[in-house]
Amino acid sequence: MPTVHSVLPTLAPLLPEIILSAGVMVLILYGAFRGEKSVEGVNVGALLLLLLAFFVVVSQAPGVKVTTLSGSFIQDGFSKVMKALVLLGSAATILLSRDYFQRAGIDRFEFPILVVLSTIGMMVMVSANDLIALYLGLELQSLALYVIASFHRDDLRSTEAGLKYFVLGALSSGMLLYGSSLIYGFTGTVSFPGIVSALNESNAGFGIVLGIVFVAAAVAFKMSAVPFHMWTPDVYEGAPTPVTAFFASAPKMAAVAMTVRIFIGALPDVTAIWQQIVVFISIASMALGSFAAIGQRSIKRLMAYSSIGNIGYALIGLAAGTEQGIFGVVIYMIIYLAMTLGAFAIILSLRRRNEMFDTIEDLSGLSRTHPWLAFLLAMIMFSLAGIPPLAGFFGKFYVFAAAIEAKLFTLAVIGVVTSVVGAYYYLRIVKIMYFDEPKAPYEAMAPGLRIVLALSSVVVILFFVLPAPLRGAAEAAARSLF
Amino acid sequence: MIGLSHYLTVAAILFTLGVLGIFINRKNIIVILMSVELILLAVNINLVAFSTHLNDITGQVFALFVLTVAAAEAAIGLAILVVFFRNRGSIAVEDVSMMKG
Repeated sequence: MPTVHSVLPTLAPLLPEIILSAGVMVLILYGAFRGEKSVEGVNVGALLLLLLAFFVVVSQAPGVKVTTLSGSFIQDGFSKVMKALVLLGSAATILLSRDYFQRAGIDRFEFPILVVLSTIGMMVMVSANDLIALYLGLELQSLALYVIASFHRDDLRSTEAGLKYFVLGALSSGMLLYGSSLIYGFTGTVSFPGIVSALNESNAGFGIVLGIVFVAAAVAFKMSAVPFHMWTPDVYEGAPTPVTAFFASAPKMAAVAMTVRIFIGALPDVTAIWQQIVVFISIASMALGSFAAIGQRSIKRLMAYSSIGNIGYALIGLAAGTEQGIFGVVIYMIIYLAMTLGAFAIILSLRRRNEMFDTIEDLSGLSRTHPWLAFLLAMIMFSLAGIPPLAGFFGKFYVFAAAIEAKLFTLAVIGVVTSVVGAYYYLRIVKIMYFDEPKAPYEAMAPGLRIVLALSSVVVILFFVLPAPLRGAAEAAARSLF
Repeated sequence: MIGLSHYLTVAAILFTLGVLGIFINRKNIIVILMSVELILLAVNINLVAFSTHLNDITGQVFALFVLTVAAAEAAIGLAILVVFFRNRGSIAVEDVSMMKG
């Protein structure tokens, strides 16, 4: 029988989560009392909370590995980096959303609150060290995201996106739970270290395999990896654009972190079972991401397929299952975050009076009306296509190198081929911006968009000049898992 | 004697019914919400059966958490369904088709 705690557990590793939870409750009360007048204050408050939590996370001592709450919560180098990414993604979302929501007439104080709540869920996912904590973090994240997707509640497309996301998200949570229940039943424990010591290649029976397959399907859903990606293009297209930017950034970080935690943290000794699943998911995602994006007209849909493809590349590192592979995953996610947020900052600035534009034709001739915007988008597109010396090249390079080291030659070759195919549609955008007839100029960018675009462009363009800090962080993250 | 495998079989059947209910159902979104509940309850049967079998309380704690989250999930699902109905005037599955992938 587990012992009953008569004293409080150590709460220091939970400090960022506690700051966010306590802060968001204050914001809810403030919003509830001040009503619609509180929008500005709640936005600023949520941004400050996220940044405060970011600094607390970053200032955590490197190299420590602490578990608390009876071992269900872990703080280590991996959680530090992934939480920092999640918090940056969420903070950027608040910066990106303000202006858009004001113009769409839906700037309500609930949005930043929901973003912070889902961020707490993501941080718990990243730090979960048993199946119960993992499930609760995932649900806290998902429940807030369902509401965020349908945030434009008078808009049919937004509510439809929310409904689709809800139905498929609930199904995937159910699959995760069913898989978890089987793993619990056949190992007798829910804690990840417990599962590690209970499982090895020889005693993994049919029940365990079934459990792992269900869990793999569920995490593929959450990461929007093929064959469970079908919700992604519809939800990305239907949701308001800042929400799409959010979906493509912070929850992706958390979902990938959760996947790494499950496979590397809980199932390291049964690699043979899950490696083939991850290899399949990775190949299918890369292929679909590059071929299906070719015919798209909407930039949001294109970004959806691009994110599916990018998850495929990140999973190459996980399939390798080595420390180098996880290093590749982490660095890929850092770079992916910068590229995605930068691209969405530009998409959100395509606006004339109160009309938003989001088809690829709307970019035509951007180089003549907005040379800087066109230049930065071109850099981001080159980076997504994986052209050196931009950051995206290094992301791909590290995961491919890890795959070759782990003797997954087919995977690496398919990855290179699909990134060549993918380059077609990224470069097509550059061609449209630079060689097609210009349209009427767009309005000046909002300050929030400028900040996000500037920061992400710095990472994308200057990564090769000074890769050491990000590389160091990713190395520490990967080392803490092995 | 009813053993662990009987409970697991019932749970597996309920889970399958729930998944089929989501994919085969072409009529009504409320049925999908019911199918989601069915899936979660199938998981609970699994958890409680394993918990009794292993003589370990963790599974029952897990089941209580699942019940709580399922209630919250149903509330949010119905709320989203209501705003969708206001905009679309229908909750038939074939009407959830503004965007086609």
